[in-house]
Amino acid sequence: MTSSTIVTPVELTESDRRHAARLEEVWKEPSGFLGWFKAVHHTTIGKRYMVTAFVFFSLAGLLAGVMRLQLAFPEAHILSNDKYNQFFTVHGSTMMFLFAVPMMFEALSVYLVPLMVGTRNIAFPRLNAYSYYLYLFGGMMLWIAFFCNTGADRGWFSYVPLAGPDYGPGKRPDFWAQMITFTEVSALAVAVEIVVTVFRLRAPGMSLNRIPIFVWGQVVVAFMVIFALPGVVLSSTMLLIDRTCGTQFFNPAAGGDVLLYQHLFWWFGHPEVYIIFIPGTAIVSTIVTTFSRRHMFGYLMVVLALVATGFMAFGLWVHHMFATGIPQIAESYFTAASMTIAIPTGAQVFCWLVTLATGKVVLKPPLWWVIGFFFVFIMGGMTGIFLASVPVDLQVHDTYFVVAHFHYVLIGGAVFPLFGALSYWFPKITGRMLNATLDQVSFWLFFIGFNTTFFPMHLVGLRGMPRRVYTYQPGMGWTVLNQVESFGYVLLFLSVCIMLWNVYRSARRGTIAGSNPWSAGTLEWATTSPPPSYDFLYLPTVNGREALWDAAPNQPIVVGLHDDVRSFLTTRILDAEPDGHEEFPSPTMWPFWAAVATGAAFVGSIFTPWGITLGAIPVAIMMIGWFWPERQPAERRRAREIWQSE
Amino acid sequence: MMFLAAVPGFSGDQTSLNPVGPGASHIEHTFALIFWITAVVYCIVMAVLVISIWRRHHSLDTMPDPQPTSAESDQRAQRMVAGAIGVTIVLLFTMMISSFAASRAIATMNYEQALTIHVFGHEWWWEVQYPSDQAWKTVVTANEIHVPVGVTIRIHGTSRDVIHSFWAPNVQGKRDLLPGYDTDLMLKVDQPGRYRGQCAEYCGEQHAHMAFYIVAQSPDDFDHWLQGQQKSATPPATPQTLHGQQVFLTHACVMCHTIRGTTAGSRVGPDLTHLASRTTIAAGMLPNNTANLAGWILNAQNIKPGCRMPPNGLSGSDLQDLVAYLETLQ
Repeated sequence: MTSSTIVTPVELTESDRRHAARLEEVWKEPSGFLGWFKAVHHTTIGKRYMVTAFVFFSLAGLLAGVMRLQLAFPEAHILSNDKYNQFFTVHGSTMMFLFAVPMMFEALSVYLVPLMVGTRNIAFPRLNAYSYYLYLFGGMMLWIAFFCNTGADRGWFSYVPLAGPDYGPGKRPDFWAQMITFTEVSALAVAVEIVVTVFRLRAPGMSLNRIPIFVWGQVVVAFMVIFALPGVVLSSTMLLIDRTCGTQFFNPAAGGDVLLYQHLFWWFGHPEVYIIFIPGTAIVSTIVTTFSRRHMFGYLMVVLALVATGFMAFGLWVHHMFATGIPQIAESYFTAASMTIAIPTGAQVFCWLVTLATGKVVLKPPLWWVIGFFFVFIMGGMTGIFLASVPVDLQVHDTYFVVAHFHYVLIGGAVFPLFGALSYWFPKITGRMLNATLDQVSFWLFFIGFNTTFFPMHLVGLRGMPRRVYTYQPGMGWTVLNQVESFGYVLLFLSVCIMLWNVYRSARRGTIAGSNPWSAGTLEWATTSPPPSYDFLYLPTVNGREALWDAAPNQPIVVGLHDDVRSFLTTRILDAEPDGHEEFPSPTMWPFWAAVATGAAFVGSIFTPWGITLGAIPVAIMMIGWFWPERQPAERRRAREIWQSE
Repeated sequence: MMFLAAVPGFSGDQTSLNPVGPGASHIEHTFALIFWITAVVYCIVMAVLVISIWRRHHSLDTMPDPQPTSAESDQRAQRMVAGAIGVTIVLLFTMMISSFAASRAIATMNYEQALTIHVFGHEWWWEVQYPSDQAWKTVVTANEIHVPVGVTIRIHGTSRDVIHSFWAPNVQGKRDLLPGYDTDLMLKVDQPGRYRGQCAEYCGEQHAHMAFYIVAQSPDDFDHWLQGQQKSATPPATPQTLHGQQVFLTHACVMCHTIRGTTAGSRVGPDLTHLASRTTIAAGMLPNNTANLAGWILNAQNIKPGCRMPPNGLSGSDLQDLVAYLETLQ
């Protein structure tokens, strides 16, 4: 036990106010233009992640609009084949790597997880800032290249040999490959932070079986990121050095193997889908609990389902490769595995249904988005069973049926919950409520627009329309359906515009939310909206799964942490008993400079293999600056260690 | 299952729901089973969702206090959830077995009696070969695969450049053609007719225009066609076609194309020995007629940007004669 003692909370007294002022003094983000680059608090970085990811979502959505225009007419010439190939590749790559994962995992977990586990910042805050800048630079690089007509054009998967040195001339695939490196390094950094935050920084009393389901979801995703992403980093790096250094990993003429790339890519690519939608289901669990006014039914089953999904997601990758002609026994295994993963997801659905059916349901906008999620996502799950069956997959694979399927899964499983999350946590982030009427309008437009756009794709796929075609011939029976789809896009576009307007207006003039407008049970609602720069005046303690609902009448708080340094409490992994206290590092420019140096090395390696070799030198210099020890914290740490060892 | 695809103006010659061979029909049966199971389950789950929200919802401005949960009702719910998961498992198992059965039926199609046809994917057309013991009898054509009805066919395929995917949905599921790998796809067509197929793996600039036709004929018609294809090209008979042949042999054409019976023997582009017997050009993109041929020769880049055929600055009379010659290549 440390010097912290647990006492009962009291009304905000004069000493509390002094405490708050001192915390503010220590924790406030640096101001001014340079201060922007020094910020390290998780709410600041989390908001930046959200805004940036949403900008990429909008840009990629606009590309989709142009593609829908092109496909509304057979043999249309709105986009040339070359432009169309860039458009669909950049659309897919942006949505997957620059929107879905950064938004569902990085943005949401960076902002919410530290609040939900009741600590003052994310573990390794400087690494967190560094990860954001890398992500930003990687996204900007892809899009600047795109605007210079060097947009990636080999699909978001960039299969070899199409993206290899012989068939992918120019620098387009290289920019794609390095965009992967940027975003994956950034996601790996956040994954490590989340694992440590959740396992070591939880509020006292938040034992493993009391961790909010949302946080469980993000931990599972963090582990999946750690195991899945090296696969794609490896494959895209091998692709890059095949292209720039003359290696022959994927050249069949020199003993290379084109299937190796696919295995490495899908080793990552399939878990990627779950990385995107597990946070979505975790949001659903949170919203369903709050708006059913009861504890989640089957907490244990839901958590185990999340963990099981995380494991099983690594056993399915070959179902993206059924058409390559793999042995029968392997086909059977991957069919069985792909169908089995429906079981944990089904269990979660049943638990949500029971929670709703036995609760006191309050129909507010966040719950509407969740209802939309049910209709859309479950449909996507059902069409997934078609794809799990090898023979049926051989007919629908790489057709518009698959395009429909994964938009149902990813928009259903991620974007619907995300907009629900926006509606739900907007008051926490801005301190004001989102306008409910406008929210409702954008929900219905989105729901109808989504189904108008994507449902006909099932049919057009069954009628034989392949994916990734820039046009099609008249008389195929595809024209009308494509026009319906394109019309649906207009509704989706309007919906997102209304939502943006709503966010803009409500952030300025919305009703003041107060700290807990939904009277929800998790810890982020225990502090003011928006949270102060130190998150909690006194670190909370936890007495049940829904910390605020289950709080004892005199629920203790943590006191006794130093308020003259950025100190925080560490707790044990299983039962969250306090076992020490530590200091967060102070704001600094070093992560920004380190990201600039890393970015220069990555971009340089597109043009010459020396990019990494020479680029490593400035990176090393920046890292030395970053980790240069400061005298006072070092002395405090030494004193603490002496004290703790006694 | 054709109701899913039924629509005016849709010929049904490129859909998995209108099977004309055992491969596609086995798949269609599994498809139908999965379709009906998932459709019914989806409707039930959505009904439960809507009914439970309908029954339990309150339109309140303020959020009510969290409700205590009753151990008794939760226990009942636990049994229901366990039951629902049980049903899920049984249904998944049913669909899985059906899927295995279809895979097995397709995999056990008769290999020994099969007629072998070699298919090579190119950016962006299909090379088709009918191998024979005697080299001179080997038939090479492009983008149209003639097959005898009721005979098992072994499509032995690979790619000459990037990954393509061979897919004629009325006949059989798709199979990727990978550079560095050979693959065998068994298929059989039961009804005579023309079935469209298309490359299903993104293969670059003109992936959208990489179609082919499977032409299913009675065995007699097929033999007749094959014998015709085994012959060398008809020598030009008129001064115009003779000049057309000269144009072919003295311009860029000869760098890429073969016409058996002449000195043109390059294998980069499609074999043109029996060009006029094919109904389409440019991999199923255009009907094979005088205007399209002339336009294609003059500037294929206008029609199919990025394709390997360069523009040819031929004079009007040269072009006319060349097209006239090509049209004699029955």
